[in-house]
Amino acid sequence: MRQTEHLVHKYLRSSKRFPHIWCAGCGIGIFMQALIRVIDQNEYSKDDIVLISGIGCSGRLPVYVDFNTLHTTHGRALTFATGIKLANPRLKVITVMGDGDAVAIGGNHFIHAARRNVEIASFVLNNSVYGMTGGQSSPTTPYGVITASAPYGNLEPDFDICRLAEAAGAVFVARATVYHTQLLDRLIDKALKKKGAAVVEVVSQCTTYAGHFLKLKSPVDMMKWQKNNSVTVEKAKQQSEAELEGKIVIGVLVDRERPSYHEQYQSLLAEKSKI
Amino acid sequence: MRKVVKKQVLLQGNEACVEGALMAGCRFYAGYPITPATEIMEIMAEKMPETGGVFIQMEDEIASLGAVIGASLAGMKSMTATSGPGFSLMQEHIGFAGMAEVPCVIVDVMRAGPSTGLPTQLSQGDVMQARWGTHGDHPIIVLAPSSVYEFFELTVQAFNLSERYRTPVILLVDEVVAHMREGVILPAKNSLEIEERPHPTVPPEWYIPYADPGTGVPPMPAFGDGYRYHVTGLYHDVRGYPTVRTDEVEPLIHRLFTKISKDFDRLQWFDAFETEDARVTVIAYGCVARAAHRAVRQAREKGLKVGLIKLKILWPFMRRTISGILANSQKVLVPELNVGQISREVKRVNESRCEVVTLNKVDGTPIKPAEILQKLGEIYS
Ligand SMILES: Cc1ncc(C[n+]2csc(CCOP(=O)(O)OP(=O)(O)O)c2C)c(N)n1
Ligand code: SF4
Ligand SMILES: [Mg+2]
Repeated sequence: MRQTEHLVHKYLRSSKRFPHIWCAGCGIGIFMQALIRVIDQNEYSKDDIVLISGIGCSGRLPVYVDFNTLHTTHGRALTFATGIKLANPRLKVITVMGDGDAVAIGGNHFIHAARRNVEIASFVLNNSVYGMTGGQSSPTTPYGVITASAPYGNLEPDFDICRLAEAAGAVFVARATVYHTQLLDRLIDKALKKKGAAVVEVVSQCTTYAGHFLKLKSPVDMMKWQKNNSVTVEKAKQQSEAELEGKIVIGVLVDRERPSYHEQYQSLLAEKSKI
Repeated sequence: MRKVVKKQVLLQGNEACVEGALMAGCRFYAGYPITPATEIMEIMAEKMPETGGVFIQMEDEIASLGAVIGASLAGMKSMTATSGPGFSLMQEHIGFAGMAEVPCVIVDVMRAGPSTGLPTQLSQGDVMQARWGTHGDHPIIVLAPSSVYEFFELTVQAFNLSERYRTPVILLVDEVVAHMREGVILPAKNSLEIEERPHPTVPPEWYIPYADPGTGVPPMPAFGDGYRYHVTGLYHDVRGYPTVRTDEVEPLIHRLFTKISKDFDRLQWFDAFETEDARVTVIAYGCVARAAHRAVRQAREKGLKVGLIKLKILWPFMRRTISGILANSQKVLVPELNVGQISREVKRVNESRCEVVTLNKVDGTPIKPAEILQKLGEIYS
């Protein structure tokens, strides 16, 4: 507790008017605290961190923390991040996106950022819904559930963000939930240290909108659901696809090496630059 | 006075644009291929690594301008180039750059639209899109060259204006100017005035990112300089934090407009030919101004008192200059390769002072000097 208080004063912006905009019981704040904790543990300079978000409830995160912060447009955080990293490779570039943000409107940018392998640590706060706009279906909303935009039930299958990241070429892909905070810290740490495109899907709860279609009444119920439905990567390897149906596989899914875009660009510069 | 050190070189318009960008200090280019703008991208792909800069081909034009804005926030002068369909996609981020006050330069080599239109024939159809394409009330600066040299010169100026006012600046170019080749003498590098965005002079603890320092343009550090601040496309208070307070929203939008409008007198960029005693004045821009120039010379040879105002800046619209012309002419002729976009503005500021005649063409072909000459003959009295 004392440790947390100390971090709050060190990393939250004292000049920002609080309270924050998130609903009571929302998972985004848990992720924010984990991110701050890991940044503090690693003693990164605040001046070297650029935290970039898209639009949505998750998109509001950067404004509260004392880094170089950039709140961009819906789905496009990674495009700005790419420009920043290439313009100043010394900076540690982090993006925070919502599920709709990252893989609906921003899906194309998500694919190409992973493929290009620019060194950006991305965190997708997956609450299976469009939170900010009031509970419409997102690409990760479960099939069949009723949402604000699917009053007769969602006719679309949901989407595995991690498999997309892997197929597109991200060199680090992992999943955690905001219930599993220790794992979350470890995965954030690995992502921040990875030399290349790193993606962590953070399963989070939208208590206001996703709670009702998942038939989970309170934030506590939602977090218990995260606990009871999660299977570690190691355990999952021993289970069949049928057994894993509807489960959240957590842990490191992909960790591989491939030259990052800006490393390659730096070599190109060394060769071609005439200045 | 311009110091000439180089001899004449034969350059294509798009090549001249790259020369201007490099001279202005552009070190970041992100883009997506599209005719008739692609040459700019291809030359940048070659030149950026040589100058220690960054080139990247993005997945689309939205991403291109996103990367450009990101690089500018990290301190690099940045640009992109496109044509109509890509320009449509860029509108979202043009608004972002305006709201967050991030300098950047966008070249739109126009082609006939709407939609995929007439790839890739001549048009001036994006004049209003450049002005109002992104949503919401906003100021914008749009420059329009009519020769290869002017494309070079106005590219330098586009960077200067975007840095000076911390605003996106658009170069609106037609296909003739982009693709034609002309002999030009490029000025020596140190003979041109190159402007840089204002930097904070106070220590980071005292820095208030969006406070008006009196000029309307707040100083801008680069990410990583030690001035940690928040950038957003939301209405924000002087610290950059989102706000809906009317006493914070109104001053912001007011400052965004007035930082440019206070300098309207400095932004009257035009060339005048034979206008002093002109009874009919032609108002034109881009390649049409070239045809108009010849038509005016031919008309003068026939004894007609006609003149030409060639606009180099389309937005903000040069009300002061155009009002002067309207007051002194009996008629004005506005030839354009669209259904009448700048002529609408001319009519707006005219307030019935004189007769405004239009000459429009939207079939992908140029307006010829003879057509303008004929029209001048018809309306001259
Ligand atoms: C171009 C554009 N389209 C639509 C919106 C409206 N909008 C704002 S947030 C949002 C969805 C947010 O959902 P998600 O990305 O999952 O983030 P969450 O709020 O759940 O964290 C939408 C559709 C927008 N801001 N911009
Ligand atoms: S709407 Fe949902 S995601 Fe948004 S703050 Fe509330 S609980 Fe969180
Ligand atoms: Mg969501």
